Amino acid sequence: MRSETAQVAVQVCGLVKRYGSKTAVDGLDLEVRPGAVTAVLGPNGAGKTTTIETCEGYRRPDAGTVRVLGLDPVADAAELRPRIGVMLQSGGVYSGARADEMLRHVAKLHAHPLDVDALIERLGLGGCGRTTYRRLSGGQQQRLALAMAVVGRPELVFLDEPTAGLDPQARRSTWDLVRELRTDGVTVVLTTHFMDEAEQLADDVAIIDGGRVIARGSPEELCRGGAENTLRFTGRPGLDIASLLKALPVDTLAAELTPGTYRITGKVDPQLLATVTSWCAQHGVMPDGISVERHSLEDVFLELTGKDLRS
Amino acid sequence: MSIGTYTPRPGAAPLPRMIAAQTAFETKMLLRNGEQLLLTVIIPALLLVLFSAVDIVDTGEGKSVDFLAPGILALAVMSTAFTGQAIATGFERRYGVLKLLGTSPLPRWALMTAKTLSVLVTEVLQVVLLTVIAFGLGWSPHGNPFAVFLLLVLGTAAFSGLGLLMAGTLKAEATLAAANLVFLLLLVGGGVIVPLDKFPDAVQSVLGLLPISALSDGLRDVLQHGAAIPWGNLGILTAWAVLGLGAAARFFRWE
Repeated sequence: MRSETAQVAVQVCGLVKRYGSKTAVDGLDLEVRPGAVTAVLGPNGAGKTTTIETCEGYRRPDAGTVRVLGLDPVADAAELRPRIGVMLQSGGVYSGARADEMLRHVAKLHAHPLDVDALIERLGLGGCGRTTYRRLSGGQQQRLALAMAVVGRPELVFLDEPTAGLDPQARRSTWDLVRELRTDGVTVVLTTHFMDEAEQLADDVAIIDGGRVIARGSPEELCRGGAENTLRFTGRPGLDIASLLKALPVDTLAAELTPGTYRITGKVDPQLLATVTSWCAQHGVMPDGISVERHSLEDVFLELTGKDLRS
Repeated sequence: MSIGTYTPRPGAAPLPRMIAAQTAFETKMLLRNGEQLLLTVIIPALLLVLFSAVDIVDTGEGKSVDFLAPGILALAVMSTAFTGQAIATGFERRYGVLKLLGTSPLPRWALMTAKTLSVLVTEVLQVVLLTVIAFGLGWSPHGNPFAVFLLLVLGTAAFSGLGLLMAGTLKAEATLAAANLVFLLLLVGGGVIVPLDKFPDAVQSVLGLLPISALSDGLRDVLQHGAAIPWGNLGILTAWAVLGLGAAARFFRWE
């Protein structure tokens, strides 16, 4: 049973996972399309890592089913493991090993590994030299873990917070690698706290909270749905807001935030923009710095999961 | 890297190649580790030279090296199979190495095979080194090489089981402390350099049941006194091996 025939790379149905009395995952459904990048978002403790680790075969579901490349991650582990690449949230490397020798070792466990030297070059690990893992910087450790996940040329990689602790350059380099993986037909499942990362990389996003998927779709779909957008401009102070509102659709809000700065909130579309500019023209107002703010994935995320800090 | 570089082409390497690679890697990590070398090479070699050259402990009749060499060989087995393996495996577990290898193509049984082979390779190096030193000190061993081999293998099995049990159930720091403490206690109370008959009778009979005592006493019976097969000591080691490996298989937690 090869994955070419599989319609879904990962299929999770009604997954339940408990640790003692605590329910970490509570009836979670997730589908991952082959060849796509799927981002799993969620606050700390939402159940992201538990879900991913169940897909990797580390944990047995208490209820529900998990199929990865059509296989049961626990029962078919021997068949599945060569076909997936795993990047843990941290660790996974002998503390006394150098980056290059660890990567070379993992490569030796696979039949057709990537060129290790080229991969070291690609991820900027060449400068690690003879430094052992425990003395590498956090960013270098992250990049080594990523390299170890892809060196075996897997069909599917699971990346648990692949850019946590990376500087902006290393982050972008990691993003580029994820894009290259997708171009070459590798399915990628990643968890992240960074909304811009999901927006930049993901074809599909699943937002998890309280052990369930509470929203899913492409980043565009999620940003479009539900949340309202905002239009801002500056002009003469004291414009007649009531008159402006009369020209706008009924569920639109307008306000002068500080003297001369205006904000319109509602369904911001080309028609609304035209209405505002023609109203300004009629009133002899030059709307300076007019800008439309799309709601970011972060706004959607906070709207869905709440703004309170979680312990 | 160009388009197509990452095109999936998954597959496990052939099992013998994976096991060989894992064995070589584990051995390299072990030999690179300073604390491990201290434990497995320097301490046994030093004790052998020191106690043979200087008459600190009354080792009974004959040359002291004839008494000491078998004990030090037993100590070498314990240092690698028990202390070294427990500490290394404990930290591999702590740092997620065992976890990550759990999703690699290397099956768990193959990982354990590689660990065992790595222990055996290290022991061969230790035995060669210590034998050369002992000969330099005038050692004249007797006995049946097969009996020696059997004792070393069963001793390794017994200590590996106990080491893995400790590494797979305790926290890494606790394993580090406990493995070193046990090493020290068994070094003193296991007939390695201090003959067991220096202890009171009641204590002696208990100490005699320890795996280190069974191994050092068995090796001494053969190498110093030319005994054929020390069945009693082999029996004690077998019991420890069955108990230790059984408990490790049952209770070992991978992360």
